[in-house]
Amino acid sequence: MAIEVRIPTILRTYTGGAKAVEGSGSTLDELLKNLDSAHAGIRERLVDGEKLRRFVNVYLNDEDVRFLGGLETPVKDGDTVTVLPAVAGGAF
Amino acid sequence: MLTISRDLRDKIIAHARADHPDEACGVIAGVIGSDRPRRFIQMENAERSPTFYRFDSQEQLRVWREMDDGDEEAVVIYHSHTATEAYPSRTDISYASEPQAHYVLVSTRDAETTEFRSYRIIDGEVAEEPVTVVGETAAEGSAAAGAE
Repeated sequence: MAIEVRIPTILRTYTGGAKAVEGSGSTLDELLKNLDSAHAGIRERLVDGEKLRRFVNVYLNDEDVRFLGGLETPVKDGDTVTVLPAVAGGAF
Repeated sequence: MLTISRDLRDKIIAHARADHPDEACGVIAGVIGSDRPRRFIQMENAERSPTFYRFDSQEQLRVWREMDDGDEEAVVIYHSHTATEAYPSRTDISYASEPQAHYVLVSTRDAETTEFRSYRIIDGEVAEEPVTVVGETAAEGSAAAGAE
């Protein structure tokens, strides 16, 4: 068992076109570092320094990780992590 | 080029007018690869702001899953500008992340007329495209007409 990570279209260049990849770790931070070892560069698209980028949404199962524990959110085998770019913009 | 039914175009404009002076936003889903918008989904602007919009993250997850399950994608992503022209701003361009989508912008700055324009935004490059509005049935090519 592993953790499934669902990848949005715009980041599939890092996964060879795959819609979902698998990784491991006990926190979201560890999972993203683990993913980066197989898909170099993907972590930097999601994380800026030690925080999740503001305009990327990351969900653990059905919940936005911002409301859980951010990068420190615990994850376990069988979980699904979904990444979606925020849809946002404005007048300026 | 964006081809959209009159009915869907009118729904976007009605949403933009209803939420004025805040920005309104939403999606029109269509079958993957069809390039035809068919299912109107009005989204909440989590920012409730006259100068900014952002889809509510939980609502976005739900809607994106529904599209996934129905072999759909976001064919149109729309939002309104309420005091400026219907042209993508710097923030619109920097957050655009759906290369297959038609980014529709509506301006409600004038109470009488509504600007309705469509763009492709890919890798930070904006290209405006023509909009063809078709009759409710949206089936016959002969029903195609420019705008008013």
